[in-house]
Amino acid sequence: MQYLVDGLLIGCVYGLAAMGMTLIWGVMDVINLAHGIMITLGSFGVYLLATSLGMNPYLALIIAGAVGLLAGMGIYKIAIQKVLDTSHLSTLLATFSVNMILLGLATQAFSTNPRSLDIDLGSITIGSVTVQVTRLLAALVSVLIAAGLTLFLKRTTPGKYIRAITDNRAAAELVGIPSQRMLAFSFGLGTLLAVMAGGLIATFFPFTVLSGDAYQLKSFVIVVLGGLGNPIGALLGGLVLGVLEGILPAFMSTSWVPVIEFVLFVVILLFKPTGLFGVKK
Amino acid sequence: MSLRRAPGFWLLLAVTLAIGLLPIVTGNPMVRETLYTIYLAIALAGSLNIILGYTGYISFGHVVFFGLGGYVGLYLISSFNTSIWLAILAGGVAAGLLAFLLGSAILRLRGAYFALATIGINEAMRAFVNNFPPFGGPTGISLHFSVYQPYGGATQALWLDYGILVALTLASILLSYLVKSSKFGLGLMAIREDEDAAEVMGIHTTQSKTWAYLLSAIIPGMLGVLYYFKNSSIEPSDAFNLASSIELLVMVMLGGSGTVLGPVIGAAGYEILRGYLLLSRLFRDIQLTVSGLLLLLVVLFIPQGAVGWLTRRYPRLRQVII
Amino acid sequence: MNVLQVSGVTKKFGGLKALTNVTFDMPEGQVLGVIGPNGAGKTTLFNVINGIFHPEEGRIVFREQDVTGMRPDRLARLGLARTHQIVRPLNELTVRENVMAGACFGREDHGLKAAGAIADEVLEFVGLADHSRQLASSLNIAEKKRLEMARALAARPYLLLRDEVLAGLDLAEIAIMITAIRQIRARGVSIIIIEHVMQAIMQVSDRLIVLDYGQQIAEGKPEDGMQDSRVIEAYLGNPELAKKLMGSELDDGAA
Repeated sequence: MQYLVDGLLIGCVYGLAAMGMTLIWGVMDVINLAHGIMITLGSFGVYLLATSLGMNPYLALIIAGAVGLLAGMGIYKIAIQKVLDTSHLSTLLATFSVNMILLGLATQAFSTNPRSLDIDLGSITIGSVTVQVTRLLAALVSVLIAAGLTLFLKRTTPGKYIRAITDNRAAAELVGIPSQRMLAFSFGLGTLLAVMAGGLIATFFPFTVLSGDAYQLKSFVIVVLGGLGNPIGALLGGLVLGVLEGILPAFMSTSWVPVIEFVLFVVILLFKPTGLFGVKK
Repeated sequence: MSLRRAPGFWLLLAVTLAIGLLPIVTGNPMVRETLYTIYLAIALAGSLNIILGYTGYISFGHVVFFGLGGYVGLYLISSFNTSIWLAILAGGVAAGLLAFLLGSAILRLRGAYFALATIGINEAMRAFVNNFPPFGGPTGISLHFSVYQPYGGATQALWLDYGILVALTLASILLSYLVKSSKFGLGLMAIREDEDAAEVMGIHTTQSKTWAYLLSAIIPGMLGVLYYFKNSSIEPSDAFNLASSIELLVMVMLGGSGTVLGPVIGAAGYEILRGYLLLSRLFRDIQLTVSGLLLLLVVLFIPQGAVGWLTRRYPRLRQVII
Repeated sequence: MNVLQVSGVTKKFGGLKALTNVTFDMPEGQVLGVIGPNGAGKTTLFNVINGIFHPEEGRIVFREQDVTGMRPDRLARLGLARTHQIVRPLNELTVRENVMAGACFGREDHGLKAAGAIADEVLEFVGLADHSRQLASSLNIAEKKRLEMARALAARPYLLLRDEVLAGLDLAEIAIMITAIRQIRARGVSIIIIEHVMQAIMQVSDRLIVLDYGQQIAEGKPEDGMQDSRVIEAYLGNPELAKKLMGSELDDGAA
């Protein structure tokens, strides 16, 4: 039971990260291989703001998110716009090259030493379950952001524009939607989510310059689980993965968990490529 | 172009052979080591090209064949003292088998889905091997130096290893050419250009793709045995390293995918460049950033790679460049 | 012999009936025209004959062999070739290689050398011989359509399915295409042709089938079909208006 709850909480954050990836994928058919480094940078961003400026990490999250949005838009304009509809290989390698560049710079700046924010907000005990407040907060913030994103996509004009270009870009352009600006913005949203997820992770896990990679792999699995382009699906998929990771170690050695994860990943790709929760289209 | 009337091919083969023989002729181990990494890259990139460049399927986890071959080979050598020849054969067969079994399943997927599936398979394999006792789990397999005795000691074994590598590199160039200039290859390229139209034309797409995937896996499987035999140890995180797969993709793209010459140039160029960057004593991290920058520039401005750029600029070259 | 027999073919997509009980026989050597308004199911019919869709009901018999739901590539090897409404050239291959692909994987299963010879001959026939070493992507739309036809012909089919080849061509190009169709028929290839350009299809078809909302509303000689009020209504709505329009068109004379 304890494992279940822990898994659910972490799953929310996983889901948030995966939302970033699935959004970009759904809108412009690009798999962002720089997703992992954005998560890492989010962790470092919040860490630095909290430790050197003494800022409240949750406040730092907002700033990091804003930077993540702008950075993402920049990355789109520089690396992706040109190769957007050419070939999958080109876009994959374009995002991967961004990953390499940023990872190289980050390793230079931060070295591979682990960092940790060591926030202790205590814990809450409900029945047989003890929950760390940091994890609880992280999960809540994740759900809030996810809800915010969904509302944004459904209710606001830019959100509708984004959904339009996801559906049919050519038609959207014909009705006057500024697609390139919206694409850049969508990419920025994707990286914003990654950065914020990274920041949240920093509040309860230690991390290194290389941590983002593992979360990127998890995001792959979640995106496929949840259905491509489906943000709610990503959140739910994150929960599923979180629960799996929480519960499975009770039945088998932890090192078998990745095997299960990736086999599940391939199986779903093969038999239900639209994901457990369906594609958002 | 039949085998006889293909000057470009014979020239490439001759040059590759000549340079490959250089260290053997001079007996110089340092040259041998430099050429080792380059030739390994050429052979791997050339194999990847069969599924990537000819068939148009982006294999993101190609290193899985290299790693699996290495593990099978080293397992046989360390547990049963098999000869290197048998081990290499077994590595190739194992990789081919994996490609055949998995290929039938995942080749149904297209584009990015297929790429993701290959990543998933690589990661699943890595996680699995990490838990698999016969393969040594997380610590992997280490060879006792006595395994080099049948070959006259470690130094001799290294020379033998290198020699086989050169042979396999030549084989991969030959295979690449044979596929490209065959009816089978025409079918693959049709699949690459428009898979549905290819099917309507009469091409058995599932069969062709599976064969392409299989062919692209065998040599890497063999190369894995060679590499890890030389290394005398193998462990999961290194054997199934995703970054290596991506490096192979970069090499193929740099040189120009879909040609025989492209991956050769791309691989050689990439390894030589990397060698220089490492020599200049800057930290590994700068190497990553610089490589990333170069990759981005290539993707944005010369996506067709070196060979592609050449044939576009000088279309007559298309007749000669293979 | 009937080169093709379509009996009772019904194709549904979810709740939508794209084809309902389509039935016709096609003797060898005939040119059969399929017409109908947009969305009538013409391309769907081709897709069913071709093996891309499986019909819910009905059978397709090709040269006395039941081929219902057979894979498209098997059908190609049996001698059924097809061109597409939106051309699908193999872009990064040369024109010659495109046509060779047709010859290699079509009915006669040629090796590369023989395929090359066939390709040269067919390219000559469609008038693309000068472009044979160019990349397919460098051709203009009319040339690409000819390439598609060349590729289909190189497969030496018994039956050729041609989907709206004339769209976007000017009158001169259309005339060339019509001549080409007649020449192909003279070589013994049966042809089913979907077209919207009325004059062309009237000139070239031996028989006509009219589809509307997936149903076969008329079948027979071209002149009869055009007089059939159901056909006119399907296309134009008001039969009287149509007669007036058709009358004035005929007066202008064919171009």
